[in-house]
Amino acid sequence: MVIIGGGGHGLATAYYLAKLHGIANVAVLEKGWLGGGNTGRNTTIVRSNYMLPANAHLYEHSMKLWEGLSQDLNFNVMFSQRGVLNLYHSKAQADAFARRGNAMRLNGIDAVMLSRNEVRKMVPELDFSDRARFPINGGLLQLRGGTARHDAVAWGYARAADQRGVDIIQNCEVTGFVIEKGRVAGVETTRGKIAAGKVAMAVAGHSGQLARKAGLTLPIESHVLQAMVSEPLKPLLDTVVTFGAGHFYVSQSDKGGLVFGGDIDGYNSYAQRGNLPMLEHVVSAGVSMMPCLSRLRMLRSWGGIVDMSMDGSPIIGKTPIDGLYINGGWCYGGFKATPGSGWVYAHTIANDAPHRLNQAFTLERFANGRLIDERGAGANPALH
Amino acid sequence: MLLIKCPWCGQRDMIEFTHGGDATKIYPKDDATAQEWHEFVYLRDNPRGAHDEYWHHVAGCRQWLKLRRDTTTHDILATAPADGDLDI
Repeated sequence: MVIIGGGGHGLATAYYLAKLHGIANVAVLEKGWLGGGNTGRNTTIVRSNYMLPANAHLYEHSMKLWEGLSQDLNFNVMFSQRGVLNLYHSKAQADAFARRGNAMRLNGIDAVMLSRNEVRKMVPELDFSDRARFPINGGLLQLRGGTARHDAVAWGYARAADQRGVDIIQNCEVTGFVIEKGRVAGVETTRGKIAAGKVAMAVAGHSGQLARKAGLTLPIESHVLQAMVSEPLKPLLDTVVTFGAGHFYVSQSDKGGLVFGGDIDGYNSYAQRGNLPMLEHVVSAGVSMMPCLSRLRMLRSWGGIVDMSMDGSPIIGKTPIDGLYINGGWCYGGFKATPGSGWVYAHTIANDAPHRLNQAFTLERFANGRLIDERGAGANPALH
Repeated sequence: MLLIKCPWCGQRDMIEFTHGGDATKIYPKDDATAQEWHEFVYLRDNPRGAHDEYWHHVAGCRQWLKLRRDTTTHDILATAPADGDLDI
């Protein structure tokens, strides 16, 4: 069989197919280089602080795989459970966070509500002055959340899959599908035709483009999401903080740089680069939250193309074409899902049926009204 | 920075505008089927290349406009009023 996309999700899928399902006759096709798409462009945050049961169970399964991943792959993915702290600034936001925290705990996920003083003790650099534009009233903390070394995740899965017999072919772009009587029979690529009984797409960001080659139109728009990193600093921040008033999240890498992210630019794009107004918006939210950042210099910024699905949740499952599978629509959140996504996708492909953890994430849910809308604000290609 | 030529105000910075989504989607008729609504609400061509889209000059004249933009380069190829024609 063929997996299209040599990022974290495609490589994880190949690894779990070989390890758990005894299917090693797998070729992973990558149009560029391993982990050169969104696997290497995200802000490395790992968390499972979701409210809806389908999301909670999928991301929590992923979290549990993260917790043993370095040992499992025999490759240090530098998973650091430094905590993910969501700040709240109003009573309404506190209520919403308490509701989410309670939902998490009912689903077996750790969550703690922190008071203003507890947040202050944990991250004293935040603006607790009387002049704070958005006074911090407290936060919702997932202690098991954190960060991982994103490139290492691709490399670790690639090496472990390779050792189990998976073929990984870089610089090989899929240009079309071979479909016979409603069933997939292979792919056309820039390096020739490859016959395959099963083909699995894992190309989030470009899912719409690839699916189009098989005649499918998806409930997805491709948008650019930017991130940036500052000059290296001495240890300043030992957790991940997200700023609920704007949309800003920050952590400190092991090299010392502060890694920032915010919202998508808001217009459809395949350019893998964004515009400065969004960077300015992100930085101003950051300075508002942590005034000590105001004189920090930015080292670089970059953009990745994300599949924005119309309900903010991923699509992992079968397509109307037999033997063709889809894994995409990850919006902002694909990196943290990498192990769990590959795990359920491998199960789906091996059994030609979804695992219970991804049976809600169908392509058909948009037509039959069973959306997984964490924000409760769809249909809109700007959710996550 | 995208520079958007508003049909009423001329060339302005993108920060005066908000993106209003795919302009090729046409509101279904009253007797449309569930499938037609599904296509309107959820499905997107999501092209790589020229994309027709609505923008709102929200911090300017507050008019809606339509533009054609290349999603691989961000070049703006044409602009028109929201009910106008981009092909002229």
